[in-house]
Amino acid sequence: MCDKCKIRPATVHYTKIVNGVKTEMHLCDQCAAEEGILNTEVFSSFTPFSVQNLLSGLMDFLPGIEDFTKKPLKCNYCGMTYEDFKKIGRLGCSDCYTAFAEELNPLIRRIHGSTEHRGKIPKKAGGKMRVKRQIEELRQQLEKAIKEEAYEKAAELRDKIRELEKELGK
Amino acid sequence: MLQYDKDVVLSSRIRLARNVKDIPFPTVMTEEQGKKVIELARKAILGSNTILSTQFTEYEMKKLTPLDRQALVEKHLISPDLSQNIKTGYALIKDDNTVSIMVNEEDHLRIQCILPGLKLDESWDMADKIDDLIEETIDYAYDEKIGYLTSCPTNVGTGIRASVMVHLPALTITGQISNILNSVSKIGMAVRGIYGEGTQALGDIYQISNQVTLGQSEKEIIENIEGVAKQIISSERRAREELYKKQRVQIEDRVGRAFGILSHAKVMSTKEYMTLMSDVRLGIVLGILSVDLDKLDRLTTQIQPANLQKIYGMQLNPYERDVKRAEYVSTQLNKKE
Repeated sequence: MCDKCKIRPATVHYTKIVNGVKTEMHLCDQCAAEEGILNTEVFSSFTPFSVQNLLSGLMDFLPGIEDFTKKPLKCNYCGMTYEDFKKIGRLGCSDCYTAFAEELNPLIRRIHGSTEHRGKIPKKAGGKMRVKRQIEELRQQLEKAIKEEAYEKAAELRDKIRELEKELGK
Repeated sequence: MLQYDKDVVLSSRIRLARNVKDIPFPTVMTEEQGKKVIELARKAILGSNTILSTQFTEYEMKKLTPLDRQALVEKHLISPDLSQNIKTGYALIKDDNTVSIMVNEEDHLRIQCILPGLKLDESWDMADKIDDLIEETIDYAYDEKIGYLTSCPTNVGTGIRASVMVHLPALTITGQISNILNSVSKIGMAVRGIYGEGTQALGDIYQISNQVTLGQSEKEIIENIEGVAKQIISSERRAREELYKKQRVQIEDRVGRAFGILSHAKVMSTKEYMTLMSDVRLGIVLGILSVDLDKLDRLTTQIQPANLQKIYGMQLNPYERDVKRAEYVSTQLNKKE
């Protein structure tokens, strides 16, 4: 029996723990909806929400996003739409980054002040990027070696750079 | 001065967010795909030819009791979100509790390393090493331009969250805390209370962490957090010194009362413990009390609801917990070592 209306059968069973005090509620669908609790699963997915709230707040401030004449953006790999993302604040898969790039990139810039990764490069997936970064570092060393007139070292560095550049050209 | 700035810093944490290539993120993946991610993570760590493979224990959320899961959350080894993911939630935890790899949280993998005191560099080295080991067998979702791809764009790039947990009683007593917290959040870092809800941080314990994960290298992000942490550490120390100089009797009274209650009360809630613990911790650091600081910090985890019930090996209702908590705290504090 529903705790609230005492008429309909209780179908939603819901436990609330506040400061260690446990309250149990048994409600019917209708009263649960009125209380804003549909089922526990939906409820629990709403609790850890600050980042998502922040995100959707940001998104509403971005100009040009609400252009209804455009076709809604959808990721072909996982099926998520940009609207879904705005609601839940999480992307569905790696491909969403490409599918939503047009809307997502300004948002990323807004959050991080940049859209360019400058950190760790994974060995396998990194591939060319890793070599490029290595060449960059060697060039800096080369410059330093020349300034210090350490020509032998400079020659060594130059050869290493050439080798890496060949690898990159493959 | 205490080693690794432990007078102010409780712990340092590095967390890396990673996803497996070609599998949708946890929000949309199927249960089958979730199981596959678990299998991949297991193989990467437990099946590796390194000493690490013998140092990790696996925890499947569906096989744990709610109490066990809550105890791991209280120890900061898994997140509340992971503990709720009964279907595919999984964790590999290093036996000394310094490293945990959460599987199927918001991202497929979350590598987390926590060390006591200010030790961000060491935490990063460890997390980096484990990341390399995992990458030997797992292809990560990675983009040349924007880096490691994460479920939430707030983590994209390095996927790193560096944080330090600090105890700031003197800045709180002298009312300088809100200014400091404000200015920290203005430079792109987040500050929040660890325990309790709302603005008042229980036990005067705060966590400072980076918010930007893209456009800076891991080293730069860590250096920034460390720089801010060091400034906060020195202002907290200055406030403590000044407070003790100007209000010696009041501070000693406050510390003494807190210790008296903590070591002799018969009923104690977590909240009351946290408030008194803060004064006692301050008293230890100022040299007023001769209690071991590490022991007190351990106690702060042990008296949390789930851990307390695990220590006593039984389910306790909130009132019983308050009684056992008081008993445990006073035994520990009155123990002669």
